[in-house]
Amino acid sequence: MPINLWRFASPQMFYTLAGRSLPWCLGGAAVLALAGLTIGFFVAPTDFQQGESYRIIFLHVAAAWMSLITYLALAFWCAVGLIMRTRLSFMMALALAPTGALMTAIALWSGSLWGKPTWGTWWAWDARITSELILLFLYVGFLSLHAAIDDVRRADRAAALLALVGVVNVPIIYFSVKWWNTLHQGASVSLTRAPSMAGTMLAGMLVMALAAWLYCIAVSLMRVRAIILERESDADWVKALPELRSLAHRA
Amino acid sequence: MSAAGQVLADVPRAALWPIFASVVRRDLLLAMRRRSDVLTTFFFFIIVVSLFPLGVGPEPNTLREIAPGVVWVAALLASMLALSRLFAGDYADGTLEQLLLVPQPLALLVLGKILAHWLVTGLPLVLIAPLLGLQFDLPGAALGSMTAGLLLGTPVLSMVGAVGAALTLGARGAGGLLALLVLPLYIPVLIFGAGAASAAAAGLQASGHFSLLGALLLLALVFAPWASAAALRIALE
Amino acid sequence: MTWGSASEFFAMGGYALYVWGSYAVAALAIAAELALLVRRRRTLLRRLGRSLSLPKPAA
Repeated sequence: MPINLWRFASPQMFYTLAGRSLPWCLGGAAVLALAGLTIGFFVAPTDFQQGESYRIIFLHVAAAWMSLITYLALAFWCAVGLIMRTRLSFMMALALAPTGALMTAIALWSGSLWGKPTWGTWWAWDARITSELILLFLYVGFLSLHAAIDDVRRADRAAALLALVGVVNVPIIYFSVKWWNTLHQGASVSLTRAPSMAGTMLAGMLVMALAAWLYCIAVSLMRVRAIILERESDADWVKALPELRSLAHRA
Repeated sequence: MSAAGQVLADVPRAALWPIFASVVRRDLLLAMRRRSDVLTTFFFFIIVVSLFPLGVGPEPNTLREIAPGVVWVAALLASMLALSRLFAGDYADGTLEQLLLVPQPLALLVLGKILAHWLVTGLPLVLIAPLLGLQFDLPGAALGSMTAGLLLGTPVLSMVGAVGAALTLGARGAGGLLALLVLPLYIPVLIFGAGAASAAAAGLQASGHFSLLGALLLLALVFAPWASAAALRIALE
Repeated sequence: MTWGSASEFFAMGGYALYVWGSYAVAALAIAAELALLVRRRRTLLRRLGRSLSLPKPAA
């Protein structure tokens, strides 16, 4: 079995595997999103305290969870790349970053729009929101560092080290922001306590979370295929790709 | 061989302390020769702190409340500004490559550089902070807590910053990029440092904050030189 | 959850701005991400295809 897995560390093999998995991931994401939204808007009842505004959580929670999971996946592939020296791992990390940043941005945006009708303010400096904002900075930092170094191999490894430093810091930052928040918070309302959930609400959230997960996988696979093509453009297997043969003959 | 190389080559293989001391001594010497670099960080700190009352208004109660936060944020920014000087000089003249070849652990040499860097850029901030706190009419207990916090915190800033400085060596737009990378990592230090001073100003116990600052210092001591060394190897391979 | 009418659904109990504001922006962002990726792939393939069909330099 281990031998079979190592085959997919080659960009060529992974390109094909990713290409075959893509339609399933995208399709699955679309189906699950439809199901989740149906549950969220047509099955789950109106919330007693928040009215209809709570329906944002079906989007918000999924995005927030994915923003965290993607960062962990990114850090994982960075570690694998640094330890095993596999090029593809770095490409995968680079592919995950923009999607993770997007999920973070969606979580912040939807969180803000949820906060206004619920707690009366567009922004609140509570532990989770503030940590989410810092996570966005970590994503942007990773992408900026990679873009700022001209030598691709060096950029990969420097950004990977940064990601590992970041992932170690995420719990430290979260804990310290939580501490800071409890020190300064005079209000008795816990801003991050979710409303007590009806079963259907929870179901909707989980389905949407799964949809988001499949979407992130699909988009990252799309991106990593583009990165592979960009970096391996001189390789024979790229030149022999069926997609290119038709284009070459057209010239 | 450059003078620096000569200094390092004279030291016997197994001697860790002497080489650590030579690195510190050399960096201090170089910093003293380029005193303007050191002084700009210092005055940047003072100016930034002075800007806040001008922006916020001279009301004493407001100033007293924002003082710990203002002084700490200014310390963060000043620290960050000074970071590019940590490795840039040695990177430019080739000394850094020689340091990588030295048999002693690179992390130890990096720690030496960080110590020298902190002595010239971090320690002056700690020493002037009480005076700046007086400008904000901070009470005595708060002044003490703020200074003690800075004493514990500024080395952490230098160490964590060193990782960022090593990662951005020779990268485009290094200054702004460094800020983006390093400021999020500074946040825990800011929270506990400013928190300690605010707690003392309110008459509360600041010991929890200090314990956490101490913990951060220990964590940084263990990990930062090693991570910076790894980043330097990536930058110079 | 049964909505009385389509207009009730769109009104979202008065929270239309917040709910639809969130979902609309997310939908736009996702559409943009997908579109950008499709375009990236197409440009890449076109560029690679062109470089393959260039005449070989004279020996």
